Amino acid sequence: MSNARQKILARLRDAPRPDVTSIGKGAVESPVWDLDERIRRFTDRMTAVRAEVVETSPDTWMQALQAVCQRAGARNLLYSAASPFGEAISRQPPVAHPVTTGLESHKWKTTLFHEIDAALTTTLGGIAETGTLMLWPDMQEPRMMSLVPPVHIAILEAGKLFNTFSEAVAAMQWQDGMPTNALLISGPSKSADIEQTLAYGVHGPKELVVLLIRD
Amino acid sequence: MNTAKPKQVYFFGTCLVDLFYPEAGLAGIRLIQREGVDVIFPQGQSCCGQPAWNSGYRNEARDVAAAQLALFTKEIPVVVPSASCAGMMKEHYPALFSGTPLESTAIALSKRVVELTAFLVDVLDIRVEDLGDPQKVAIHSSCSALREIQVGDKIETLVSKLSRVDKVEQAYKRECCGFGGTFSVKQPDISGAMVADKTASIRETGADILVSQDCGCLMNIAGAFDRQGNGPRCMHIAELLWERTHADD
Amino acid sequence: MQTTDAGFDIRIRDALGNERVRGNFRRAMDGLMQRRLDLFPDAEAMESLRQHGMRIKASALSHLPELLEELEAKLIANGIRVHWAETPLEANQIVLDIMQSHGATSMIKGKSMVSEEMGLNHFLEQHGIDVLESDLGEFILQLAGEPPSHIVAPAIHKDRYQIAELFREKFPDIPYSEDIDELTQSARAILRDRFETAEVGLSGVNFAVAETGTLCLVENEGNGRMSTTVPPVHIAVTGIEKVVEKLEQIPPLLTLLTRSATGQPVTTYFNMISSPRKPGEKDGPEEVHLVLLDNGRSGIYSDPELLATLRCIRCGACMNHCPVYTRIGGHAYGTVYPGPIGIIFEPQKGGLDKYGALTTASSLCGACGEVCPVRIPIPSLINRLRYEANHSNGVTPGSGSKHKNSEALLWKAWSLLYRNPLLYRMMTKAATRLRMLAPGKAGPWTRYRTAPKPAARSLHDLARTHGVDNE
Repeated sequence: MSNARQKILARLRDAPRPDVTSIGKGAVESPVWDLDERIRRFTDRMTAVRAEVVETSPDTWMQALQAVCQRAGARNLLYSAASPFGEAISRQPPVAHPVTTGLESHKWKTTLFHEIDAALTTTLGGIAETGTLMLWPDMQEPRMMSLVPPVHIAILEAGKLFNTFSEAVAAMQWQDGMPTNALLISGPSKSADIEQTLAYGVHGPKELVVLLIRD
Repeated sequence: MNTAKPKQVYFFGTCLVDLFYPEAGLAGIRLIQREGVDVIFPQGQSCCGQPAWNSGYRNEARDVAAAQLALFTKEIPVVVPSASCAGMMKEHYPALFSGTPLESTAIALSKRVVELTAFLVDVLDIRVEDLGDPQKVAIHSSCSALREIQVGDKIETLVSKLSRVDKVEQAYKRECCGFGGTFSVKQPDISGAMVADKTASIRETGADILVSQDCGCLMNIAGAFDRQGNGPRCMHIAELLWERTHADD
Repeated sequence: MQTTDAGFDIRIRDALGNERVRGNFRRAMDGLMQRRLDLFPDAEAMESLRQHGMRIKASALSHLPELLEELEAKLIANGIRVHWAETPLEANQIVLDIMQSHGATSMIKGKSMVSEEMGLNHFLEQHGIDVLESDLGEFILQLAGEPPSHIVAPAIHKDRYQIAELFREKFPDIPYSEDIDELTQSARAILRDRFETAEVGLSGVNFAVAETGTLCLVENEGNGRMSTTVPPVHIAVTGIEKVVEKLEQIPPLLTLLTRSATGQPVTTYFNMISSPRKPGEKDGPEEVHLVLLDNGRSGIYSDPELLATLRCIRCGACMNHCPVYTRIGGHAYGTVYPGPIGIIFEPQKGGLDKYGALTTASSLCGACGEVCPVRIPIPSLINRLRYEANHSNGVTPGSGSKHKNSEALLWKAWSLLYRNPLLYRMMTKAATRLRMLAPGKAGPWTRYRTAPKPAARSLHDLARTHGVDNE
């Protein structure tokens, strides 16, 4: 197989190098909006793809979370006890059966596939232009949380809402160290594979609810 | 964009116009002469070479194109009543002659080529009085006009100058009519399906006249209408303009 | 499917005669074109973005071997294993070896055009592996035993009634429904189990970032994330041309891709994978592999003009806008990649001898080049391949294989006639004088149109009598 590698690279190196100095000119403008505008755009984009955005505050997000869980009919909620939000939830669970991500690893997959009604994650931030959440799953909030349960509830702090993806990557210097898995999530799962008609709730969550916490 | 009006221009008629739509070519010449510009029509001209170029026969295309290079040597514009032929000369002559002794001549010529409707609008800024009867006109811009040399708006402007003409728009206006030169004989059924759809959409507008800046498209669409048994009158824009705006014959 | 001239003609005729499929394609393409247009409201901004996209891809290609080495080094440092394959067979064997090393007999797939190129499913099934497509469109096609007809929306040629019938046949226990939501929910239920239990997940790659050693994937359904997160082993397959230099280049490419492909500002998920599961992490595959496939790409790379083919980001906009594709549909091409990108990529990859006929399936209308997000000059490349098909001194495999003496002689004769002013004028004089003898039947042209008749006098003649100067 290293033979294939050598042969492929040799062929590529033998080829003349195209001169790309004059290829493609033109700058791409990036929008800059104030916070209200960013929230408005984010909410519009999310709502257009059937995600729900609940504007709330540091004082009221727990009530909002409880209302969301009730509406979704969630008997349980998976969350990370390690986050600041998690501590509050542990003290005052919004559901009858809260489940922390501290559960044993060998039970993780089965629990997620068969038992969890809703999972709550924090987010790295959001993107206003496209109505997008950025997640860097980690040991406390593993990636299946935002994928397997039918309901995904995400906490987005308004101060971390960027104008564009480019801006977010540059501001947070993603290139300095990417996590195992970085995710952009822009709504509940959907497909248009049948007659180009949108159908929601395919393999990822059927519902996405964003708790947008604004100071 | 109004470039200065030249005193003199060449007219490159194109082979299709020469043999099948000569009146359109003559109308183009007259439209230019009427604006006080001298027209030179080198009798030695024939074809820009595009049919062979598009069929993958570049050497043969080059031989024919080279013969044209020898005829248009003065540093004056070369006006062409076809967007696809103008496109061939403007966009592809440099590549066609790349690496040959005629390369710089070809590049120089390519810069002087201007498609007729672009010349009438941008350079001559013609003013016309519409003396014709009220008619409904649909416009078909060739793919070359729309996408290759991007002069599609010029024919729209020209038709708008005709005050007694009602412009109608067919569905799928920007879609290819199916001519594509040798495409119409190499893939006749696909081409046939495309021209069938094109004629249907034009017929639906109730247009009296179908006008285009390209005779390839005209030949294709007119031929299809003719086979189907009815359809609007198909004309080149030069013919339409001349017919409706000149008082004597 | 090997394309031959004869086979292609038959498939075209069948496709043109199939009213139902033609209707499905017309509606689908119209929708996709409009959706794309809606997401590019500002023509100038769109052009700037396309220029930017072209620059990013062209620049990456200009030092492709170095970037591939950088990508490989970074991936390995991240714990991702890298394999190289010259041919589809080699790539298939690599995938099989990985599976067998784990004793795995089941695979769940996210959508991957490269895996179609490899013929992976068939190969694995021959070796006793159970392969399941999880993308809804691919899942439907797998049930129907059909290949994709579009690179982004694989089942675009089917309407809901055909799909309902298919589900009824394959899943008799599920109540019959023609409702799209219900059909989708059925697919969700069927596949859920398989996501949980699959031993290996396979995906393609939309962009591979050399700077960070990251594999990027776009999707809407969540099946891609499922396939690359749940099974203990993830195998990604990609062409060598998919590598991008810097992470900061991903956002513009992503927006170009999603807007051009489906008219979305972004897809539901954008999945960026940089390593297997790390110690302490609860989920994610323990092993991640990347298979880099050449399959003719390094050959394309050797020609400065044809190299532009490799800029393709597989958005499908070209075929969405192609009047030929709209009328004959994807299957008529008989290739993995159909439409405009297909007719330039497949002959260069598989040889003009087998695929040269594809280059005739274009009127060179330029609708494709107008929308390509990375500005591949597709009509110019089609033109170039037509030349290569007829002349054996070309760089493309099979160059000269479509040379026909009769056609070559025709153009020679045409050239002799048209480059000689005297002969040309004699010809036109004869044609105009003898116009009434012009044939009413002129081959394929007159199947759909009346034959054109020469005018009574040529323009040369009219110009002369009108007193127009000769020089």
